[in-house]
Amino acid sequence: MARFLLIRLLQTLPVLWAVATLTFFMVRFAPGGPFTAEKSIPPEILKRLEAHYGLDKPLSVQYVNFLKSLVTGQQPSIRHSNRTVGEIIRESFPVSLELGAWSLLIALAIGLPAGMLAAQKPNSAQDYVPMSAAMVGVCLPTFVLGPMVVLFFALKLGWFHTSGWNTPGDRVLPALTLGFHLAAYVARLTRGGMLEVMGQDFIRTARAKGASGLRILTRHALRGGLLPVVTFLGPAAAGLITGSFVIETVFNIPGLGKYFVGSVFDRDIPVVGGTVFFFSAIILFFNLLVDVAQAWLNPKVRLE
Amino acid sequence: MTASDPNVTSPSPATAIEAGHSLWQDAWARLRKNKLALASAFIVTALGLLCVAAPWVSPHAYDAQDLALGAAPPSTKHWLGTDHLGRDQFTRLLYGGRVSLMVGACATAVALTIGLLYGAISGFIGGKLDALMMRLVDILYALPFTLFVILLTVWLGRELWLLFAAIGAVEWLTMARIVRGQVASLKRMEFVEAAHALGLRKRRIILRHMIPNVLGPVIVYTTLTVPAVMLLEAFLSFLGLGVQPPMSSWGSMIKDGADRMEEYWWMLVFPAGAFSATLFCLNFLGDGLRDALDVRASKD
Repeated sequence: MARFLLIRLLQTLPVLWAVATLTFFMVRFAPGGPFTAEKSIPPEILKRLEAHYGLDKPLSVQYVNFLKSLVTGQQPSIRHSNRTVGEIIRESFPVSLELGAWSLLIALAIGLPAGMLAAQKPNSAQDYVPMSAAMVGVCLPTFVLGPMVVLFFALKLGWFHTSGWNTPGDRVLPALTLGFHLAAYVARLTRGGMLEVMGQDFIRTARAKGASGLRILTRHALRGGLLPVVTFLGPAAAGLITGSFVIETVFNIPGLGKYFVGSVFDRDIPVVGGTVFFFSAIILFFNLLVDVAQAWLNPKVRLE
Repeated sequence: MTASDPNVTSPSPATAIEAGHSLWQDAWARLRKNKLALASAFIVTALGLLCVAAPWVSPHAYDAQDLALGAAPPSTKHWLGTDHLGRDQFTRLLYGGRVSLMVGACATAVALTIGLLYGAISGFIGGKLDALMMRLVDILYALPFTLFVILLTVWLGRELWLLFAAIGAVEWLTMARIVRGQVASLKRMEFVEAAHALGLRKRRIILRHMIPNVLGPVIVYTTLTVPAVMLLEAFLSFLGLGVQPPMSSWGSMIKDGADRMEEYWWMLVFPAGAFSATLFCLNFLGDGLRDALDVRASKD
């Protein structure tokens, strides 16, 4: 297992490097450069600005500096003049992390039981009802569901605030919106995985031995049936991150997603580059976790 | 096509007189029974035609403002109301649909072309090249592409056509995998070997025997790529990084509606409804086609 982990870890490094390099070139050669938004800066000031941000050095030096700044987070932001990228991430990421954690919890708490329920009696009402709800969840993107939820629960019923991130109640709507969308995928995958496992011989054997339905579910079927869900957690991390851009914008939550979108608008290139790299690292880390969990659940994977 | 189909079992003597059914006839018969998928196909087609015919259908111009009127609720003159600048919502919905559907079509075409070529080459040649090409796909899979598309919008200055290409360029990976798997397994099938043994030329084998058999999964996956691509465009437009005003896409209309939903609910509900309904239909259609063409079963 330790060897497996090490190999996977080493395989992640080149991808991380590729992300960093790609980000550097896309950021560095973005047309116009970061200072063109301001109206006609005198050339000598532009020169000084560029010197301040290290843009006047040779490309190779800039590249090395960029890689260094990704590790240290010391790159100064252009818009928020006295803060570094690292500071911004440290400040706003915990908010996004909390939102993501609640959402994932909700997604699993709704999606897993719904999918298992549907798989118990395929092609019955017990299957159609949760699966139709899941289809609705898949087809209602967060940027449609979010405003709708605010319209109904916050404006019409007045149960929650429309935006902000101050009271515990403020967590409910954003986390539910993001979680419900993911729950739909989890439910569909759980159903598929469980159905496949339930049709296999060892389940029939267990049944023939007289094991109860619950025991078959928990002892025999769950381990294999949940594999697709575990695999999905990698893409789910990516979905949570992109979803957070929308949710944090809709609900005005001071998380990293909102900062990221804002920095793309402002062409705050250091922040854009740093955040893209940071998000990528998280997604890769999640993929690694998924690999490990898969190896743990499915001995076949370990042998590869 | 019938002769080359691996799924057709040799007919038993009793049914030998009956005319054979091609894969496509079978699929059509199955699809016809799926009312949900048919209704979805009908709705999407109708909506698409309506959007294409927008200039003739709607009496208003999409960017004609009526500031004195402002945001008005649905009425006989403006069927779906007007937005905060007094522009007719119905017209803007149709024009927005044009953009959304066009993104769906164009970006999918880009993804289809790249994925099909890449997968076919990888699967057909096989060996070391195949391993290398698929390893590259694995690596690309791990990259968070939505972030790069957003990064690209900084680059491209939100040029619409380039946005299509960018979205298409990130959505081809799954297509490449599907095609490659299909081609690689077809290559070893007996009927392809037989075709080789009969002395058919490579070109003819590819055209007559490989392509028709790869087509099923490709069609299915293409129908499922369209909503995914439209979703990405709407997501970008919602964040304000996609289509720029005064043009509208469904994503940007939903954004406008979300900003003002407190006073003008119709600005949110109609575009959100149109977009979700289209996604629904495309997904149902994709599922229906998958069942009809029996894609999963034919792989085993």
